[in-house]
Amino acid sequence: MKWLSDDKLDHLRTVVTNPDFSSTKYTFIKELGRGGMGAVYLAEDRELNRLVAIKVLNTPEISEDMRNRMVREAQIIAGLEHPGIVPVHDVGTLPDGRVFYAMKFVRGSRLDEYAAVNDSIRDRLRKFQAVCDAVAFAHAHGVIHRDLKPQNIMIGSFGEVLVLDWGVAKILKKPYTNHTNQSVQSVNGFNTSAGTIIGTRDYMSPEQARGEIDQLDERADVYSLGAVLHFLLKDQPKPGKAAEAICLKARADAKDDRYSSASELSADIGRLLDAEPVSAYRENAFEKAGRWVSKNRFLVLLVLAYLLMRIFFVFTSRP
Amino acid sequence: MSKPLIGVILGAVLGVIDGLTAWFTPAVRDQLGGIVIGSTLKGIIAGIAIGFFAKKFHSLPIGIVFGLLVGAFLAWLVAFMQGGYYFEIILPGTLVGLIVGFATQKYGNTPATANS
Repeated sequence: MKWLSDDKLDHLRTVVTNPDFSSTKYTFIKELGRGGMGAVYLAEDRELNRLVAIKVLNTPEISEDMRNRMVREAQIIAGLEHPGIVPVHDVGTLPDGRVFYAMKFVRGSRLDEYAAVNDSIRDRLRKFQAVCDAVAFAHAHGVIHRDLKPQNIMIGSFGEVLVLDWGVAKILKKPYTNHTNQSVQSVNGFNTSAGTIIGTRDYMSPEQARGEIDQLDERADVYSLGAVLHFLLKDQPKPGKAAEAICLKARADAKDDRYSSASELSADIGRLLDAEPVSAYRENAFEKAGRWVSKNRFLVLLVLAYLLMRIFFVFTSRP
Repeated sequence: MSKPLIGVILGAVLGVIDGLTAWFTPAVRDQLGGIVIGSTLKGIIAGIAIGFFAKKFHSLPIGIVFGLLVGAFLAWLVAFMQGGYYFEIILPGTLVGLIVGFATQKYGNTPATANS
């Protein structure tokens, strides 16, 4: 009897576990990650000669609903054409019946990894604003993400920001119509039953944590964005009162107290970056003056230099 | 606020301050009124020139250099007419030009071009 070596056993295990892309134009390279519903693999598109990320359902023994859900997820992402949302290239079925979709392979790091090596508050706020803009775009198309967290946000090698994992997204309205909440659907096209908790606990809104599926709207994502902002600010020694106020407003327990939209939150972040007054914080006269001086530092220095020079001439020209 | 208006206001304010400092020089204190008026006019002229330049050319370094040159030239003119105090007049005048050049490039609206 001949025993198989560990290497051969590992190889066999990999062959059995990994998806069979033989009937597609993709060549398997490696697994990138695994979630509750599916796994993401790195593969090469042989026709276009480029790397792609392919999301595949975990097991072939999966319900028709789950298959529909995957296809719907791919369709939702494909419908959201925005630089901040990872584009879907292709959707198909593997020989074993599993549904897959291929998307852009993003080289870079997750937001939490990015924050670990980049402590500039301005850089972090700029990235965060880009996330808000991508989410606001999805909201404008009637889609809420429902699982926004640093692990679902990628920073590409050129600094581009991409929001990933729209697997639990929810359609609030048909795009370009005003039928808000008339046909509330989750990504599979079926209602998610009330009481179901979807999302990640540290980043989900109170209404989401209570499983109030029918109550969810854009402000649930605004709460999650506030939690992401809190994550980005928590290691900053002095994030500033305005930044803290924005964070608190976005993460308000009552959704009526939050920003009404991601674009409103993005606008406040923009004002914060431009040293303008933000809607979430009422500053006093000293803070206003300090902000003006900080914003116009060079002009203030020039005028001070001028005044100092005048004083110098006054004293030196005296007999 | 338009760039030329910013130039005029800043030029006038700095011109007034510039003129008022003559009070600290007892020899010219009795001519203070004329000095303040002259200095304010000089600031306004510099502000108008630098402000209109900023409206046409959008470049911070070029705007600053232009401000410096205008400020220095007008101050030299004043010193030349007065026949002295070159350093005391040209240096502050040049700095006023620099400040107005910087401010008019950085602040103020440029009117949008109307499409007919």
